[in-house]
Amino acid sequence: MTTSTDVGSTELGLPPMVSGGDGSGDHLDELRHDPIGLMARVRAECGDLGRFQMGGRDVILCTGAGANEFFFRAPEELFDQAEAYPFMKPIFGEGVVFDAPPERRREMLHNQALRDKFMRGHAATIAAEVDAMVAGWDDEGEIDLLDWFAELTIYTSSACLIGQKFRRELDGRFARLYHDLEQGTDAIAYVDPYADIETFRRRDAARVGLVELVQAIMDRRRTGPAATEDDRDLLDVLMSVRNEDGTDRFAADEVTGMFISMMFAGHHTTSGTAAWTLIELLRHPDELATVNAELDSLYADGSEVSFQALREIPRLESAIKEALRLHPPLIVVMRVAQRDVTYGGMRIPAGSLVAASLAVSNRIPESFPDPDAFVPERYLDPRNEDVANPWDWIPFGAGRHRCVGAPFAMMQLKAIFSVLLQGWSFEAAQPLDTYRNDHSKMVVQLQQPCRVRYHRRSPGPAG
Amino acid sequence: MRIVVDRDLCQGHAACEAEAPELFAVSKKGVMTVLDQTPPEARRAELELAVRYCPTHALRIEED
Repeated sequence: MTTSTDVGSTELGLPPMVSGGDGSGDHLDELRHDPIGLMARVRAECGDLGRFQMGGRDVILCTGAGANEFFFRAPEELFDQAEAYPFMKPIFGEGVVFDAPPERRREMLHNQALRDKFMRGHAATIAAEVDAMVAGWDDEGEIDLLDWFAELTIYTSSACLIGQKFRRELDGRFARLYHDLEQGTDAIAYVDPYADIETFRRRDAARVGLVELVQAIMDRRRTGPAATEDDRDLLDVLMSVRNEDGTDRFAADEVTGMFISMMFAGHHTTSGTAAWTLIELLRHPDELATVNAELDSLYADGSEVSFQALREIPRLESAIKEALRLHPPLIVVMRVAQRDVTYGGMRIPAGSLVAASLAVSNRIPESFPDPDAFVPERYLDPRNEDVANPWDWIPFGAGRHRCVGAPFAMMQLKAIFSVLLQGWSFEAAQPLDTYRNDHSKMVVQLQQPCRVRYHRRSPGPAG
Repeated sequence: MRIVVDRDLCQGHAACEAEAPELFAVSKKGVMTVLDQTPPEARRAELELAVRYCPTHALRIEED
C-alpha cells in the first residue's frame, strides 16, 4: 500500500511544486485565466501528486487513477468538502449545505426526487419543458446556446426538484439572476469571498433579486386559495412549517437559499453539457447523422420520450459521455485535509487544500487513446473506456462523492436531445473552432457568442 | 454466487432494488441492505441487471 494516515511521517517530503507563479510564486492569477493549463503542467512536471499555490495556500493536486482513487475514497472526516468551497457560501446563504455538518449533508444529498422510481415522471416533465421552449420558434432562427440551455435547465430542474407549480411561477428573470450567481465564483474567493469586485457585487444583487421573486411567490400563495393535495409542492410544504410560537419557520431568504442549492449542482453542469454535446455533434457530422438515425429508428414506433429516455440510447449516450470527458462542467474538485496523511511516499499536511482535476484526468492518454479527439466509439463494446477506467473517467467525480444526480443528468440529456433532434436540425452560426469555455470563474460556462441556427426538420422516414 | 458491495461507492440510488427487489432493499435514507448474500442460481438474471444498472458500479458477483 502506498497510502496511510499514520503519525511520525513528518520526515517525508511534500509533493513537488509546479513551475511558474507570479513574483511571489503564487499561481492564483494563472488559475483565474488558464486553470487547465496550470493543472496539466502540474501533472507533466510533478506526476500524480503535485503542488501549486493559491492565494498563499498550498493546493495538492491529484491526477491519474491511483491518486484519484486515494482522493475519492477518502472519508469526509479526512478530506472535508465544506471548507474547500468558500465561493459557495455567499451564493447559498447562511445555514445551507456547506454550513451544515457532514452527517446532515449526506442526508440532504439523498434527495428523494432523484430516486429511480421518479425518473419516468421527470423524463416526461423534461420533454414537456423542451416542447414548451421550442413552441415559440419559427421554422428557422438562431439561438445563443448558453442563454437557451441555461433557461431550459432552470425550468427542468425547478419542475423536477421543487415542483411543477413553482416552475409555472418562474420566467426568464429567474434564469438571468441565477446566471449572475454562477458568474460570482471567481477564485479570488479563496482570498476573500466578499472582495469588492464587479462579479461579486452582481452576485449579491442577484441573490437579493431571487429572494424578492420567491417572496412575491410566497405572498401570492398566502393570499390565494390553499394548495390541493395534487398540487402541493416543496414550497407549500416549507411554508406550512411553523415554529412553536406559531410563526413561520422558513423566511423567503432561507427558502431561496435551499432552492438555489438544490438547483446548483444540476444547472450549469447540465446546461453546459447539452451545449457541448450539440457543438461536438456539429463538428462531427458523421456522428450527428449516426445519432439522428438511432433516434429516428428508436422513435419510429411512436414511443414516448418518457419511456425511451430511461433506456439505452447507445450512440447518443456515447456522444454525451464524450462531450463530458472533453468538456467536464467541473474542471477541479477540492477538499481540505483534516489531518496529516501520506500518499506515494509524500506528505499532505493537515489544513492543505487537496484537489482532483477532472479536466486533466479525463485526457490521460494511457486510459483514453487519442485523448483530445471526440471519439464516441470509445464507450461502445468492447472498449467501454468509462467503465474500464472508473478512477480517471471522472466527469461526475468518483467514489462516495460521485455526483448523485448523474443518472438524472444522463436521463435529462437523453430526453432533451430526443426532442430537439427529432424536430429540428442545427448548424453552426459561427466558425466551429470559436466555441469555447470561459475559465475565468470556478463555475465554467460557455463563452459568448456561442450561436447556432435551427431549422424545422421536414418529416423524415419516421413520419 | 455471492453479492459483493463496495460500501465506499454505494449512494443509495435504489436501482438494485428496482431490478432485484428480492435481493436488495434501500431505506428512505438511502441505506442499502442485501437481503440474500448468496442467492440461488434462479436469481442470476435479475442480479446481473442490478450489477449492470447500479449507477455507481458498487456491486459485483463473486462466483463460488
